[in-house]
Amino acid sequence: MTTHRPELRAEKLRLAYPGRTVVDDLDLDLPTGRITVIVGANACGKSTLLRALARLMPPAAGSVQLDGKAIHSMPTRQVARQVGILPQSPVTPAGLTVVDLVSRGRSPHQTWWQQWSQADEAAVTSALAATNMTDLKDRPVDELSGGQRQRAWIAMAVAQETPVLLLDEPTTFLDLSHQIDVLDLVVDLNRRDGRTVVMVLHDLNQAGRYADHLVAMKAGRIVAQGDPAAVITPEVVADVFDVGCQVTVDPISGTPLIIPTGRHHVA
Amino acid sequence: MTTLRPGAFRLAVPSVSGVVSPRTVVVCLALAVGTFAVLCVNLALGDYPVSLPDVVRTLFGADVAGSGFIVRELRLPRALTGLLVGAAFAVSGAIFQTITRNPLASPDMIGINAGATTAVVAGIVLGAGGSATLGVLGALATAVLIYLLAWRRGASGYRIVLVGIGVSWMCTSATDYLLTHAKLHEAQEAFGWLVGSINGRGWETVGPLALAVGLLLPLTLLLSRWSRTLALGDDVARGLGTPVQRARFGLLLAGVGLVAFATAAAGPVLFVALAAPQVAQRLAGHATPPPVTSALTGAFMVLVSDLIARYLIPDADLPVGVVTGALGAAFLLWLLARANRAGSGG
Repeated sequence: MTTHRPELRAEKLRLAYPGRTVVDDLDLDLPTGRITVIVGANACGKSTLLRALARLMPPAAGSVQLDGKAIHSMPTRQVARQVGILPQSPVTPAGLTVVDLVSRGRSPHQTWWQQWSQADEAAVTSALAATNMTDLKDRPVDELSGGQRQRAWIAMAVAQETPVLLLDEPTTFLDLSHQIDVLDLVVDLNRRDGRTVVMVLHDLNQAGRYADHLVAMKAGRIVAQGDPAAVITPEVVADVFDVGCQVTVDPISGTPLIIPTGRHHVA
Repeated sequence: MTTLRPGAFRLAVPSVSGVVSPRTVVVCLALAVGTFAVLCVNLALGDYPVSLPDVVRTLFGADVAGSGFIVRELRLPRALTGLLVGAAFAVSGAIFQTITRNPLASPDMIGINAGATTAVVAGIVLGAGGSATLGVLGALATAVLIYLLAWRRGASGYRIVLVGIGVSWMCTSATDYLLTHAKLHEAQEAFGWLVGSINGRGWETVGPLALAVGLLLPLTLLLSRWSRTLALGDDVARGLGTPVQRARFGLLLAGVGLVAFATAAAGPVLFVALAAPQVAQRLAGHATPPPVTSALTGAFMVLVSDLIARYLIPDADLPVGVVTGALGAAFLLWLLARANRAGSGG
């Protein structure tokens, strides 16, 4: 894996679908080698932002820059060697085995004549080991449990060996133990290789626990960002999620823990 | 470490590496031998039976007195047409099924064959003659229509199937309307185009078809590296550095071209494009239809169907498409029943 850690940032970024602007005039620096978590209510533009950061969606204005170069003017393959993305709930062709899926993560490193080099084999072996999937490598992905399936997809992204890894809600549809399992794996990947990780998460408490840098979005704009302890305040939560809450300290990790109020439960 | 992916190979000179699954190799060899055997039987049988050794000797260039002309000039073009048409439809089906991620989205289900048929029948009835060129143009025009209606707003496999079925019925209606205005001899000429037939095809049919398969099959193989990532969805493919638009355009071009030339040569030989890739996929144990295995399966299917069409019901001179249609329909029902049980009908 390359030791160079590229810097990813968005500058005056505007993202739009036909007739609807989703993200407007957004500036964002993603700390290199750290885990950034983006949170926000449904339809606030967080997944759209992640897609744009991965070059999956062209900006209507502004730019996403990788080491100062506009990502949309770079060749797809060059970007794919530096930025990996795992979209939300990807669909696996029926019968595809884990090792076959993970091997496809090597695509940006391959050529017409080199489709299974030493480096490919080493990367796939290491990705399977890192995600604890080695024993399951010959199983069809669609026959695995939800947590194992997500680990298989993460293994594919790991085999891509990109210094930047983007994950769109990697814990969706997983039960609690698998959620923690996947998030711990993300931390491993970040600490082991110093990968820059950017992920969208739904659960604010998990975001507070796993983020080095937290970004709170509302209606396509960044409301607050920084250390989770500074970002997660009753005011920000009320603004972003439209819910009242008390913020306390997670007794295990020491990170902020929110306890929401409701119509029937008021402090 | 070599057991990570069976069939991995790495050559130093020339510097080449890849993975060819041993099971695929065995299946392909078996299919190749089987296809050659059926081809020989096809060439041997007929009003003037030729012995199998004589057929093989003729194929390898020997001049066998008496039977050489019959095998080379009368029977070989017809059999080769069947072989190439089977391969072309099967590879085309493999392409469509892979990039739409839906086994039902094969060109014969979504109306590309039907469009070619309509064009040819229109030519016959309106007096322009049933030329192969019209078939090619009809297939291309239908493909563009489906692309415009279904593809631009996200290529969900289901959407393509639904739009394709609509287009297919439109073309079938147009064909039926044209036939009501046809004279008897025109209707008879048109019938061969409605189900697909290789009866009486000569070298003038084999030429363009062989050229199309010879160009488009290598193109498909070249692009199959991208179809491996496209099968994972557009976003994943793009994230893996695949030039999604260009790769898909190239694959579609190859797929539509193969259907166009195959239909122009033999009419819409039904269900080969749907069934052959699915059979090949199961034989080779792949998650998506492998192109070479599909080609061999398609060739084998059409040649066997042709034998059945000629000898199961004597003297009926049945078009091969009737047999592939009957076998294919049974296969389709099985596929649908299975997909429903697995809860993946979409």
